[in-house]
Amino acid sequence: MSNKLDAKIPEGPIADKWTKYRSTVPLVNPANKRSLEIIVVGTGLAGASAAATLAEMGYKVKAFCFQDSPRRAHSIAAQGGINAAKNYQNDGDSVYRLFYDTIKGGDYRSREGNVHRLAEVSGSIIDQCVAQGVPFAREYGGLLSNRSFGGTQVQRTFYAAGQTGQQLLLGAYSGLERQVGIGNVTMYTRHEMLDVVTIDGKARGIIAKNLVTGELERHFGHSVLLCTGGYGNVFYLSTNAMGSNVTAAWKAHKKGANFANPCYTQIHPTCIPVSGDHQSKLTLMSESLRNDGRIWVPKKQNDTRLGNDIPEEERDYYLERRYPAFGNLVPRDIASRAAKERCDAGYGVGASKMAVYLDYAYAIERYGKIEANKKNMHNASKEEISEMGKAVVKEKYGNLFDMYKQITGEDPYELPMRIYPAVHYTMGGLWVDYNLMTNVPGLYALGEANFSDHGANRLGASALMQGLADGYFVIPYTIGSYLSSEIRTKAISTDHPAFAEAEKAVRERINKLLNIKGKQSPESFHKRLGKIMWDKCGMARSEKGLKEAIAEIQALKNEFWSDVRILGDADEFNPELDKAGRVADFIELGELMCVDALNRNESCGGHFREEYQTEEGEALRDDENFMYVAAWEYEGESKWNLNPEPLIYENIKIAQRSYK
Amino acid sequence: MNLTLKVWRQKNKKVNGKLETYQVAGISEDMSFLEMFDVLNERLVSEGTEPIAFDHDCREGICGMCSMYINGQPHGPLQGVTTCQLHMRSFKDGDTIVVEPWRAVAFPVIKDLVVDRSSFDRIIASGGFISVNTGNAQDGNSLPIPKDDADKAFMAAACIGCGACVSACKNASAMLFVSAKVSQLALLPQGQPERQDRAMKMVAQMDAEGFGTCTNTGACAAECPKEISLENIARLNREYLGASLGSTN
Repeated sequence: MSNKLDAKIPEGPIADKWTKYRSTVPLVNPANKRSLEIIVVGTGLAGASAAATLAEMGYKVKAFCFQDSPRRAHSIAAQGGINAAKNYQNDGDSVYRLFYDTIKGGDYRSREGNVHRLAEVSGSIIDQCVAQGVPFAREYGGLLSNRSFGGTQVQRTFYAAGQTGQQLLLGAYSGLERQVGIGNVTMYTRHEMLDVVTIDGKARGIIAKNLVTGELERHFGHSVLLCTGGYGNVFYLSTNAMGSNVTAAWKAHKKGANFANPCYTQIHPTCIPVSGDHQSKLTLMSESLRNDGRIWVPKKQNDTRLGNDIPEEERDYYLERRYPAFGNLVPRDIASRAAKERCDAGYGVGASKMAVYLDYAYAIERYGKIEANKKNMHNASKEEISEMGKAVVKEKYGNLFDMYKQITGEDPYELPMRIYPAVHYTMGGLWVDYNLMTNVPGLYALGEANFSDHGANRLGASALMQGLADGYFVIPYTIGSYLSSEIRTKAISTDHPAFAEAEKAVRERINKLLNIKGKQSPESFHKRLGKIMWDKCGMARSEKGLKEAIAEIQALKNEFWSDVRILGDADEFNPELDKAGRVADFIELGELMCVDALNRNESCGGHFREEYQTEEGEALRDDENFMYVAAWEYEGESKWNLNPEPLIYENIKIAQRSYK
Repeated sequence: MNLTLKVWRQKNKKVNGKLETYQVAGISEDMSFLEMFDVLNERLVSEGTEPIAFDHDCREGICGMCSMYINGQPHGPLQGVTTCQLHMRSFKDGDTIVVEPWRAVAFPVIKDLVVDRSSFDRIIASGGFISVNTGNAQDGNSLPIPKDDADKAFMAAACIGCGACVSACKNASAMLFVSAKVSQLALLPQGQPERQDRAMKMVAQMDAEGFGTCTNTGACAAECPKEISLENIARLNREYLGASLGSTN
């Protein structure tokens, strides 16, 4: 196996790697920091925390987001929580256990060194957020509260009702705005990065489009940090925000950055089912709901009775049946596939039959009884118990229940919720080394935009942890190893030919898009791409399907570039034009995802190849041949070269994942 | 269902805008209000008319980007709901729906229904934070916070910064927005050291941005999609007064 990529994992025992590395990484003195400029693209948890922290350290930072404010980045929508190995619950948690759970949850396809570091810094994230005034949920004694998430048997998830992402992002955003106020960060809102500028092989800046005026701008930076999130919107329907896109990462890829494990997609098991063709996005119901909710389908095929009319003995709690040790809290990939299996076999519920029940009746009764005991009500009536139980559930999950009711028109306090899996997160992303640097010197990727910590499946409440770990506690140290050698590099003028050339290429592409003047909207192409991806590169994949998908995507690309219709002009606020550019990039990415899925002749985590499964229908890995990170190098239209990075497990014994 | 839409169209902030009328047919009651706009926009593109620009992103009621003024109410007729979470089952076949952008001097129109809310960011940058650098924090459990205080802080922190409060106010005041952040941080022990300074600076920035003054009509809280309480404004007044007099009591 060639080893073109060096992950730069420090030597030494796993528990000492980060401490030792952090203490020996070259530093940049305060005077030099003031003359070093850093560009941060994206202001979600990773971007906002990185921009704020680097500015606090003294670097000159420019931050960019496409939304009208950095506070709107899609991290805001994360619901359930953030993991940290604090062991506040005294239930046996530790850094090692979080490390182990994450590696196992990722189906043994992530790097030990990175994941251990993530577990090590997890506790500091909570401390930092509390200090910023993040109002986490607390117990009556005033201490922080925890709950459980999938793939773990401890309670290590910190939360703020069902709005944890919002509260964490607003914390990072307040830190960022503080630096904006002081003048250490220059903030560019409604700006989209449309290319990375490289000079002598190093990233030296970006071309950004001012989305309000349409102007193209050149920005220099000694290094460029892409914190631009994931690419789940390649499926058109996903839980991502409408604007979430792959464009920045894709431009970096075409400028030489390897794209790793693009086929690793997380399909989240509990989302509100599709209601019709008009659907523009899917809404997640937090995994935290699996703490208390029970998932079931009728035992009888094509049962048309309403959920409440089906008696207990005719219900199949299939997760509890198949995975008694973890029950309803198995990892997401397993829960999703199990739901699909039941629906495909004809046991689905609701009008579309593509849904399963998530039922709160038991939790309401259980909590109600506890409340009755607390109040010394030993003869409480059924109604009283139910009322008290509903109040407890409302406090824990109220905003989620309201959202469900608003979208479906059904009351989840009275009827079991109908849920179905939906695209939620992408574990793949730009390849980075231990420093979070891509293979293009000076170009970094943080948070969901990189590939590094979640292997083939991310555990719930770990995305927030990783985004903030990268931004608050990893990049501030690791960037020193690059910038310490850049202190003699003076700011490069944006009149440099490399900037002029990059800007010209961006302008030509925009003009090309506008001049096609075809018949079909960017949206219609996006929908068609999404359908191909969902049908053939979604929850189950096969060699035949993937080959068909690649041909269909190539045809779609040709059709797009000859028949897309974009109204309006280049020099004005034009969301249609911006959308068209993003769809064009998604089409190219979709092809690479299928290429990667076709190459990986095994099933692991979120990547399920129908040809490779155990007799019980579980994912069947091939460790001998595929225990590597698939990093793809762009070599021209529809051409990629595979650079495998072998994964080495020195501390964890690899095994078939079992949650039984 | 079939509907008549009257939508504000404005090419950019330099020219005047006006209401245009559109007929939309075959709308399902399961569609969200924005999905109804998607359907209309797809049709406009196919007819060669520029689609209507509107802000939206998460479409699950949390990012605060969507901002339509529907039949005279920010985010439309329902309480505690953003435009993106408003579904067509809240309307009837044959309805006429008027859709305008947020209206406030401090929120200039960029195009059609899209406005510039960067004034909110500048208010936060003036003092809406706790000055703690990364790496300085003590253990998260070292300082117990009474659950009631933490819950109240959370309720204030739930503000999504959409600007509906400003849009609902006859004076285009940003008091509810500012008070939510001031309250959140004033309720927590971590927020105490900068408490006075924060209230003074944020109010000064709010005034500098051209937001109007509060006359306690309460329209802001009535229209807030996150149901941020008027109590926060009372708390802000107390904080501001205390700071002006040099005392936190």
